[in-house]
Amino acid sequence: MDKQFNITVRDCDLYYSDFQALKNVSIDIEEHEVTALIGPSGCGKSTFIKMLNRMNDLVEDCRITGEILIGGQDIYAKGMDVTLLRKNAGMVFQKPNPFPMSIYDNIAFAPRTFGIKKKSELDSIVERSLKQAGLWNEAKDRLRKNAMGLSGGQQQRLCIARALAAEPKILLMDEPTSALDPISTGKIEDLINDLKNKYTIVIVTHNMQQATRISDKTAFFLLGEIIEYGRTVDIFSKPKDKRTENYITGRFG
Amino acid sequence: MNKAYRFIKARDNVMRGIFLFCAVFSVMALGCICVFLFAEGLPFIGKVGPANFFGTTWHLDSAAYGILSMIVASLYVTALSTAIGVTAGLFTAISLYKFCPPKAVPPIRQMINLLAGIPSVIFGLFGLIIIVPFLRDVISPNGMGYGILAASLVLSVMILPTIVSVSLDALNAVPKNYFEGAIALGATKEQSVFKVMLPAAKSGVLAAVVLSIGRAIGETMAVIMVIGNSPVMPTSLFQSVRTMTANIALGATELSGDAATALVATGVVLFFFTLLLNLSISLLRGGGGRERKGA
Amino acid sequence: MSEKAHKKEIMKFAAWKTVSRAALILSLAALAAVIIFVLIRGIPYVNAHLLFGEYSTRNPSIKPALIGTLYLILISVSIAAPIGIGSAIFLTEYTKSKSRLVRIIRVAVETLAGIPSIVYGIFGYLVFVVALGFGYSMIGGGITLAVMILPVIVRSTEESLLAVPLSLREGSFALGSSKFKTIFSVILPCAASGIVTSLILAIGRVISESAVLILTIGMVVDRIPDGFASPGTSLALDVYYFGSHGYPEQAAATGVVLLVLVVSINILATVLGKVFGKGELANG
Repeated sequence: MDKQFNITVRDCDLYYSDFQALKNVSIDIEEHEVTALIGPSGCGKSTFIKMLNRMNDLVEDCRITGEILIGGQDIYAKGMDVTLLRKNAGMVFQKPNPFPMSIYDNIAFAPRTFGIKKKSELDSIVERSLKQAGLWNEAKDRLRKNAMGLSGGQQQRLCIARALAAEPKILLMDEPTSALDPISTGKIEDLINDLKNKYTIVIVTHNMQQATRISDKTAFFLLGEIIEYGRTVDIFSKPKDKRTENYITGRFG
Repeated sequence: MNKAYRFIKARDNVMRGIFLFCAVFSVMALGCICVFLFAEGLPFIGKVGPANFFGTTWHLDSAAYGILSMIVASLYVTALSTAIGVTAGLFTAISLYKFCPPKAVPPIRQMINLLAGIPSVIFGLFGLIIIVPFLRDVISPNGMGYGILAASLVLSVMILPTIVSVSLDALNAVPKNYFEGAIALGATKEQSVFKVMLPAAKSGVLAAVVLSIGRAIGETMAVIMVIGNSPVMPTSLFQSVRTMTANIALGATELSGDAATALVATGVVLFFFTLLLNLSISLLRGGGGRERKGA
Repeated sequence: MSEKAHKKEIMKFAAWKTVSRAALILSLAALAAVIIFVLIRGIPYVNAHLLFGEYSTRNPSIKPALIGTLYLILISVSIAAPIGIGSAIFLTEYTKSKSRLVRIIRVAVETLAGIPSIVYGIFGYLVFVVALGFGYSMIGGGITLAVMILPVIVRSTEESLLAVPLSLREGSFALGSSKFKTIFSVILPCAASGIVTSLILAIGRVISESAVLILTIGMVVDRIPDGFASPGTSLALDVYYFGSHGYPEQAAATGVVLLVLVVSINILATVLGKVFGKGELANG
């Protein structure tokens, strides 16, 4: 059980047909930490995060070289079970994307996909996941109602609960609050703080304050490269690279 | 100047009146159809009596105008052809949606759209020269090729293009991020399509089903050429029977007097069925009108 | 969660994928079979006599049907096109809200689109053959067909009108143009290609139709119609007539002619739509 789920990326290049989206990226992401990825639009943050659960497989003409290890295992190796990888590395998207079915069925989707059919088992997974995502009190009386009826912030927490139901070790979050109002954003940030004891969290954000509030480490991306990576306090108080400083002080981006 | 303005104003008003007339024409036409059909058909049903008209015997010499066997045959053919057509068409659409080389999809779609426009009489001809002999010689237990099975097979091929394109449109209208969401949870591509995308498209698929029921129950020529047309109660898939539509078309050029009016009354029953279907379509759509596209 | 149960789930849905692929192949094969068998059976019997020869019981021809079909296209489209385009203009340009009248019109159009052609046939029979006493006639059949293709024209014209950007209308009104001028010199030219395409598709419907005509034009296969009041036949009716009256070869051959006509009309419509569609994009 005590398998490691730290992420190691070594000398990674990623191409979309002719365009190189990631250039020689190397990074070590520790377990049970929140790592924030910041940088201007189009710098490769989202591409990077999608590489970690192989969502880039859906993109045609996407080519990757280098090594990406999770818990020491090369996730692009032949014979890698992608479905298990994605179960272990849950993803939350920029726009909340609950399925147009009941709240219960949304949460139960991943367990069912992996072959759990017993109702009592599913019931307890649903309850546990919703509680973890802080949605249980709001949702417990409407589990059979369509998830599309929830507010945007609730939908996003539902998506987090849905990812948690798969019992992941890593949570990949791609600007999870950018489509939400400040109050919902606050709730999700609190949630991330609660979750980091149990999960390794990688979060892409455009919001510098958010990065300082929730993350332990921060990586600054620019034009497909990692310019600087270190403890969040260090990056924001005394950045080593001029470009990082320019970005976090709002001189470009 | 003032005069010119008045002219423009008057011209605008006249044009508006003309366009309004055009638009109301459809309503008037529908009204006329209803009035003519009901005014001719309903009194006839009253005259011969519902027991006679909805009875099982169609025997003109003894003034027996029972169309129950034809209603039953119509329903059998409709149900069977829709079942076959929807099953094949829906799975075809799913295959075109995600389980097919992407480059092959546009030409196949174009071909299917083209086939949607093929006259029903061509399908009837195909049934007559290929399906009926095949059923007679190979499948049929009683040496009869004509019948409900032949008609249903022909109709199911005929409604295929409609089902495929409506269902494929419905699937394509499902937001792509549902698919990504399912994949990210560790579902395989197949699981994502069947457990998320297909359920999300269900209202569109349902519309395809209703649409094809309408086409199947109202089809005349493709059915008349392969079903045998004996006015008897269906008891077998391989038996000459007659649908409501076939009854109307067959008698049209030959009958007169009460017998001809009986055809109109058959039409009223058929019309009633299609009105029901139309109603269910508008309920399905939830009464949403077309929206103007943004500038 | 056990690995075995997971594998089983995956296999189950992989099997559904196989079913879908099989359905695709089966469907395409069935549709192709229709075309191919009709062509194989029919092409050997397509000849000059069948197309243009004099009709005789022993040696039938489809010359009356070709002329009859032309009559029907002429009558039905010249009636349905102005009315259909007019009502589409009313629905898109003169009505802002979802008023009651518009709802009624829409319901009527949708309902007309869903009525089986044989019911139209009865209507045409009752009106033209019986009530007006025309007997079986081209004009009766043509007018009935016009009502039938009306929804097709209304709906697709409406779509092309809606595709004309609102900004063009506003631009025209801002220049002080009247409604009349805006419609005829701005909106209709922009939507022209879509409207033409819809008319071509409507012609395709007319050519394909047969059930309506059995009840309205009489299926007189052996005489060339000598005017609008004359009974007659059409290509599609001939296919049925030959097929069910002991001329299977002629039926298949007529089927080939019909097929070629309908397919070329549909291709024409598609190509026109594409060519004009691109032009519009370039302008807008």
